[in-house]
This record gives sequence, structure tokens and C-alpha cells, in this order.
Amino acid sequence: MNQKEQVRQFIESNLIVFEDEADLKDDDNIFQLGYVNSLFAMKLLNYIESEFNVKIETDEMDIKNFSSINNIIALLDRKLGVTE
Amino acid sequence: MSETVAQTISSAEEAAFQIDRVRQFVDKEIRPYTSEFDKEQLIPETLIKKLANNGYLAGNFPKVYGGLELGPLDYGRLTEEIGRVSPAVRSVLTVHCSLVGESLLRWGNTEQKEKFLPGMASGDTLAAFALSEPSVGSDARNVETSYTKADKGYLINGKKKWITMGARADLLLVIASCEDQVSAFLVDSNTEGIKRSQIMDLMAGRAAYTAEIEFDNVFVPENHLLGNEGGGFTYIVNTALDHGRYSIAWAGLAVAQEALHAMVKYARKRKQFGTGIYNHQLVQEMISNAVVNVEAARALCTKAATLREEQHEDATIQTTIAKQFASKIANSVANDALQVHGANGFSAEFIVEQLYREAKVFEVIEGSTQILQQVIARHGLTRFHK
Repeated sequence: MNQKEQVRQFIESNLIVFEDEADLKDDDNIFQLGYVNSLFAMKLLNYIESEFNVKIETDEMDIKNFSSINNIIALLDRKLGVTE
Repeated sequence: MSETVAQTISSAEEAAFQIDRVRQFVDKEIRPYTSEFDKEQLIPETLIKKLANNGYLAGNFPKVYGGLELGPLDYGRLTEEIGRVSPAVRSVLTVHCSLVGESLLRWGNTEQKEKFLPGMASGDTLAAFALSEPSVGSDARNVETSYTKADKGYLINGKKKWITMGARADLLLVIASCEDQVSAFLVDSNTEGIKRSQIMDLMAGRAAYTAEIEFDNVFVPENHLLGNEGGGFTYIVNTALDHGRYSIAWAGLAVAQEALHAMVKYARKRKQFGTGIYNHQLVQEMISNAVVNVEAARALCTKAATLREEQHEDATIQTTIAKQFASKIANSVANDALQVHGANGFSAEFIVEQLYREAKVFEVIEGSTQILQQVIARHGLTRFHK
């Protein structure tokens, strides 16, 4: 499973939606759509740090970096030094 | 004996020793005076110094900052031992070590940690968490205390209320907003423009220096911003309240455990109708319920400790579950303990009077029972649908 699928699976397992086929797009803002509650922001942060073995620094502690699957992957790419 | 087993036994002995020491400290320095603190509505400075000298004001801090570096379980047990006899003294740990200490440890930069944590460990700097306001409780995202940018810092204006330790603290972690951004600031409580007053004669926490705090153009230097601008609610408040809930879970267990002891002690001694009241089955029902509830709360707190130690993704929700349950049973056990005491239970001569009053606040602070029930329900709805 690649990073994007891992992150998607984690987010989907925490979605507060009751339609079985919620269609979460890679650029959907999960916080604005009300898919998750505020506690999820911390849970997501802890997940990213432990699952991908990275330390999110204070200056990266911007909700935008965690608001969509694509933004999370972009942050991980920057942290892990992946180049396009 | 293998080295691993030897190490396990050694660390278990060490942990047991520490708890024994805490019990001795509590029995000598706190238990005889807890009604006095309540009556005088203060915690003596000498006790605060003794708490610091024993490392209890930094139980959860790393040793490098003067702490005991206790893991979540031992820190919980420390909280329980102190909370059994004095919810007010325990509240120092909740706000100073858990809410502010853990927020600094998680989000402070090196300079901030080195500046504040050693002083917090030594007791020279007592800290409080300033979130609630006259009009803002559960809806913490919408704090009305505001900040604006100033030359080399920020200016804070507004009013906080119900701030535990607020009238005594040297350092305030203040949550304020600027337009749609919420940020957190480390504020010296002696800064010009701060006016504090202790809220007296409360039903609970009389000795916990609960305060109303006004901020009138209070200047905060830019290096006292904790985390980054805009991260105040999502990250700082959530971090602080998660640790606060963990502390209150153990605080609820503490009151329930002490109430159970008081209930049993009294039931064994008190005679009515020519026999000890412990022989009456309806008294036994109350004791039975208390035993089961205390055991269940302890199991939930211990599970939360284990998941926190593992940094498990469910640590936060497990903590929420433990807090919700322990705070409720603290009330039911304290209520039954007072019932067993009859008229004597209303006298400050017996600790159940204080436990009964103090228990209720656990259902209000660090997330009310009703707010936490919604959080737990949502967890259930996302977790158990398949």
C-alpha cells in the first residue's frame, strides 16, 4: 500500500459520515466538509508522526498541511525529501 | 533469574516505592490539614514548596527539566494519591503539570522549554491554563479574549473566568483570538494590565485559587507565542484538554476510591438496631456498587495509561471514556458514602462532606459529561458500524 492509500484508509476509518459510499476526493478539505471533529486534528498528527516516523515541527503545524489527502502527501514528500 | 525478569521486578519495586513515598507524604503533609485548606481557601506556600521538593510539581516532566519522568500510569497514580485527600492540591497537578506542562513539552520551542520548565519543576513558577470566559465554556473555539499584533509582540484584551490556580499562578497559558485565528500565549501573571481576583466560597475547589482575570492591553513578547499563530485551538487547546481529561479521570477515580474507604470504615464502626450497619443489605448494596464502579474506573484509567504509553491512536478516545466514566462514578460513590454516614456526612469532620462537594466539578471541567458523550457516541458510530 502506498502512502496515499495508507493516509486515505486512515482518514476514511475516522470519517463521521453515515453514507457507506462517501466519496472522499484527494483535494477535499476534510475539516471544512465537517467529515471529522476537532479532536481528529491531533489524532491525524499523531498518526502521521508515528506511521511515517517524522516529527512535525511547530512551523508546519498549519491546519492547511493536514486538510486534504493531497496536502498531507505533499507535506510528507517535503519531510521525507521526495522529489517529483 | 533472567536479566529481563530482574529488571522488571526492579522497576516494579521502584514504582511501588515511589507510590509508598507519595502515600507517606500525603498522610503527613496533606491529610491532616485538608479541611483547613478548604476553610481558609488556600494552599500553604510551604506545602507548594514541599510538593516541588519531592518532584510532584514535575512528575511528568523529563529529568532534564527537573522532573521525575514518570510514565502515564505512574503519573496517574501520583494524581490519584494526592487527589484522594485534597482535590484542591491535586488540581495544582492538573493545571500546572498536565494542561500547561504537557502543552509546553509538546509545542514549546527549545528556548521556551528551557525558560519555563525548570522553574515550574522547582515550584518557583506555578502555571495555570486560561481558556474559559464568562460567556465561553464548552464552545472553546469562540473565545472572546482578543489579541492584536504590536511592535515585537502582541496585546491581549479580555476577561477569563473560572481559571483554576489563576489567582496564585505566576505563568498563564492564555488562549486568545484575532479575527478567525486562535492562538496561545505564555503570559507572566505580573505583567502590567492584568487584574486577578479569586472567586470565593465556591462549592468545589475552594482552595484552588479559582479566579477571574482581566487583561487590559497586556503586552506579550513575540517569543511567548506557544506554537504558531492560529494553532491555538486545534493543537494547543486539544493537547491541553486531552492531558487535562487524563488527569481528571484519575481525579475522579481518586475521589471514588477515598469515598469507598470512608464508606466501609464508617459502615464497620457504626451500630444501629443493635448491629453494625454493614450487616444491613441495603448498605451492602451501596458498598457493592462502589466496589464495582471503582474497579471499573481503575480499569479504564489503566487502559488509557497503557494506550498513552504506546502513543496509540485510540489513546485520546480511551482517555475521554475513562474521564466520562470516572467523573460520573465519583459522584455516585461519594453520594452513597455520604448516605452511609447519615447526618455525620454533612460535617467537615468527615471527609465525605468534601468529597461529595468536589465530585460534581469533574462532570463539568475538561469537557462536560454531555460534550464527552457526544464525542464518545461519534467514536462508536464510526468504529462499530461493520
